[in-house]
Amino acid sequence: MGEAEAEAGRRAATEARDRIRFEEDALEFADQVYRVARRLVSSREEAEDLVQDTYARAFRSWRSFTPGTNMRAWLLRILTNLNLDRGRKVQRTPDLQPLEEGDYYLANKLAASSGEQELEHDRVVERLSQDGVVNALSALPHDFRDVVVLVDIGEFSYADAAQILDVPIGTVMSRLHRGRRILKHTLAEESLG
Amino acid sequence: MSTTDPCEKCEQMLQPYLDRELSVVEVGEAEQHLNACEYCRRRYRFEESLRRYVRLTASERMPPGLLDKIKELRGQPEGI
Repeated sequence: MGEAEAEAGRRAATEARDRIRFEEDALEFADQVYRVARRLVSSREEAEDLVQDTYARAFRSWRSFTPGTNMRAWLLRILTNLNLDRGRKVQRTPDLQPLEEGDYYLANKLAASSGEQELEHDRVVERLSQDGVVNALSALPHDFRDVVVLVDIGEFSYADAAQILDVPIGTVMSRLHRGRRILKHTLAEESLG
Repeated sequence: MSTTDPCEKCEQMLQPYLDRELSVVEVGEAEQHLNACEYCRRRYRFEESLRRYVRLTASERMPPGLLDKIKELRGQPEGI
């Protein structure tokens, strides 16, 4: 074997190792990726499809990942782009009707309905049903839901969420803020009527 | 909207405070008010447990079998 061939062989072996390592690292995040996906779409089947499409693309384009950067955010960026491509643009930009309630809205409602002292206990949130929380999240307009799910379920920082969604960090903050207010408004309506 | 009301200011800092996105100076400002104000303190605690509760109840584990399906996607030809 010539020197050039030997060199090519060594390079191929190194690449194969890098690729396998990339795949193993990416697989470590599968559960976390699924948890976010599940709340971005309406059914478990859709979430499974979306995660599989995400991994199929990630595995094919592994070279575009920069080692040492945030792989979980990189995967979620693929996922949110795929989710957009899946024709979810059917939804119009949500109408921004004024939402006067402040951030203490839900707490104030619950405090008023049960006596202020009860707010001291963690149990007060358990009066909000699990289904109620899931439904309230899925009722959020897409743009708001993306941010709320990335930060509250995915535990991404504002900066990571901005990078994933390719929007300025100020947009993440305002959508998050508004999204959470809508969420609390919905939860208050559901639990208190 | 008045910005001089300290509780209102505290309410505005609630979200970034819990997200750990406030500057050190702002954290100090928020905590100074929280130490003195039971009303806001309760609401911060409530919000914190609400966050935890949302994360817990809305976070669904990957279904069994999905990981194996994903593993089969490895080694496909490269490209977008």
